[in-house]
Amino acid sequence: MSHADRTEAATALTRRRLMLTSAAATATTALMPRGALATVQVQITQGNVQAMPIAIPDFLAGPGAEGDMPRNITQIITSNLTRSGLFAPIDQAAYLEKITNSDSVPRFPDWQAIKAQALLVGKIARQPDGRINAQFRLWDVYNGTQLTGQQFVTSPDNWRRVGHIISDMVYERLTGDKGYFDTRVVFVDETGTKEQRIKRLAIMDQDGANVRYLTRGQDLVLTPRFSPSTQEITYMSFGQGDPRVYLLNIETGQREIVGNFPGMTFSPRFSPDGQRVIMSLQQGGNSNLFVMDLRSKATTRLTDTAAIDTAPSYSPDGSRVCFESDRGGRQQIYVMNANGGPAQRISFGDGAYSTPVWSPRGDTIAFTKQFEGRFAIGVINPDGSGERILTEGFHNEGPTWAPNGRVVMFFRDPAGAPGPSIYTVDLTGRNEQRVPTPGYASDPAWSPLLSASS
Amino acid sequence: MPMPLIRAAKFAGAIAVALSMAACANTPNQTGLAGAAVPGSQQDFVVNVGDRVFFETDQTDLTPQGRATLDKQAQWLAQYNRYTFTIEGHADERGTREYNIALGAKRAQSVREYLIARGIDASRMRTISYGKERPVAVCDDISCWSQNRRAVTVLNASS
Repeated sequence: MSHADRTEAATALTRRRLMLTSAAATATTALMPRGALATVQVQITQGNVQAMPIAIPDFLAGPGAEGDMPRNITQIITSNLTRSGLFAPIDQAAYLEKITNSDSVPRFPDWQAIKAQALLVGKIARQPDGRINAQFRLWDVYNGTQLTGQQFVTSPDNWRRVGHIISDMVYERLTGDKGYFDTRVVFVDETGTKEQRIKRLAIMDQDGANVRYLTRGQDLVLTPRFSPSTQEITYMSFGQGDPRVYLLNIETGQREIVGNFPGMTFSPRFSPDGQRVIMSLQQGGNSNLFVMDLRSKATTRLTDTAAIDTAPSYSPDGSRVCFESDRGGRQQIYVMNANGGPAQRISFGDGAYSTPVWSPRGDTIAFTKQFEGRFAIGVINPDGSGERILTEGFHNEGPTWAPNGRVVMFFRDPAGAPGPSIYTVDLTGRNEQRVPTPGYASDPAWSPLLSASS
Repeated sequence: MPMPLIRAAKFAGAIAVALSMAACANTPNQTGLAGAAVPGSQQDFVVNVGDRVFFETDQTDLTPQGRATLDKQAQWLAQYNRYTFTIEGHADERGTREYNIALGAKRAQSVREYLIARGIDASRMRTISYGKERPVAVCDDISCWSQNRRAVTVLNASS
C-alpha cells in the first residue's frame, strides 16, 4: 500500500502488489513475502557474471488491450534484461508450456526442462476509463514460488515506462540491486562536419527510445548533467559574450544563467540534494572551483590555485568533492571536503586522470585516463586504492553512472570515425554495449531512477 | 561598416575570410580582390601578418615562432588601432572536453598578456575558448593536432 497512488510530475502511475487469489494460492506451495530472500539469485562475483536463464513469454492481452502493446512491452523487458548482461532470456520457440492465464500457477517442470531459473508472465488490459492495467508475476521455477507480482494502472502513453518499471522490479528481485531501466539520458547530439559541428542537447530513455531535442543547435552546448529531481539539467553553452553554465527545465523549457560570474563558467554538476551547482570559473589563465546555492544565489570559492581545477563531482552524501587538477603537472584526481580546504591527490598511476565522477553507491570514482595516446575509462576507490580499467582505446571519455552504480556509460570517438557514439560497460569491465542514437552523440549523463520511491 | 559575411566566417580559417572579403569586394574602401590584400584590411592581417600562433601538446607557453608572429600582430594592431579583436583559444582532440576548455582559455590568455606587454590596449581585446570544439584540421595524427593547438586573433568585423 505504500506504493499505491504515487504521483509523479509527468506521469500518474498506480501500483499495487499482486497476490494470487485463494483458488490459485492453494496451488502454490509457498507465497514468498516481499523481502524474503529468493533462493534464485544472479551470482555476481568480480569479473565473472553467470547470466541467469529466464523465460519471458509474451504478455497476454487482457480485455480491451489493443494490437502489439503486450508483445512490445515484453520485448522491452527482454531487451533490457539482455543488455544488462546478467540475464539470458530463453528463446520463446523452446517453451513447452503455452501461458494462457497469467493468474494461474505455471507447470514448473515444463520450465525446468528448458533450464529456465525464473519465469516472468504478465497481462496488459485496457480499463473502461482508457488507462492500461499491466500486471506481472515473477516465478522461481525450481522452488515453484512466486517471487514478486504487481499491477500498474497508467495512461497508455506510458507503455514503455511500464516495460522499464517491470524490468527494474525483476532485476531488483533477482540481483538484490536496484534496477536502472526506468531512467533517461541527457546527451549532446552531433551533426555536421567536425570543423563546423552542430551540437544540440537531447534527452532519451536509457534504451535509446523517445529522443527529444532540447536546444536547436544555434549555440554550442556541452556537458549536460541531470539534477536529482530529473526535471532540470545544467550545462555549458556558448552564445553572446562569455560561455556560461545554464540551468534548463526540461519540462517547461525555461532557461537561466547560473550566477553572475566575471568570466567563463563551465563543467557544472548538481549537488546530490539538487540545491547547489558546482562548476569551474575561468579567471585569466586559471580555472578554479566555485559553488552556487540555487536558492540564495550565494557563491562560494572552493579552490584558489594557479592551475586548472575542473570536472568537480560530489560524493553521494554531499560531504566531499572529487575533481581534476593540473596543479602538480599533468591532470590528476583530487578529493576535498565539499566546503573546500586542502585537497588530497588520489591518482598516482602513469598518465593523466580526468573527469572523475563519484558513484551513486559512494564506494568508487569513475574517470577518464590518458596514457600513451590511449583513453581509458576506469574506476578508483576514493582513497586512491583499487584502480581498475573498464575499457580503453582511442578515444573514450566522460563516464556517467547508472543510478545503481553497476553500469558506466561513456562516449567513444574512434580514430578515423566521423563522430562519437555512446556506450555502456558493466562495472566488471564486461558487456560493452553501444547505445542507439539517431546521430553522433557525446557527453551522456544518466538520470536517477524516475520511479524511485524510497 | 557592417559586414555580416565576415562575422559568419569567424570560426573558419584564412580561406573563409578571404572568400568573404571577395564577396564584399564591391563595397567602398574594400576594392581588393582575394589575393591582393589592402593594407590595413582584415585580409592583410590574415595573409601578411598571420592571425594565429601554435602551441606544443598540453602547453600554454608561447613558442619563439609564436612570439615572432605576435610581435608582427602587435605592430600591425598598433598601426591600425581602429580594430577591436577576439583571441580564440583552441586545443587538439587529445584531451577531455572540460580540460580543453580551460586549456584553450589559458592559451588565449597567454596571447592576451603578450599583446598587452607589446603595448596593445587591453580594452580592445577579449578572449574566448573553444576547447577542442572547433578544429581546423581533421585527421588522427600530429599533422592535424599541431594545427588545432592554436590561438587565433580574430578582428571584429564591425570595428
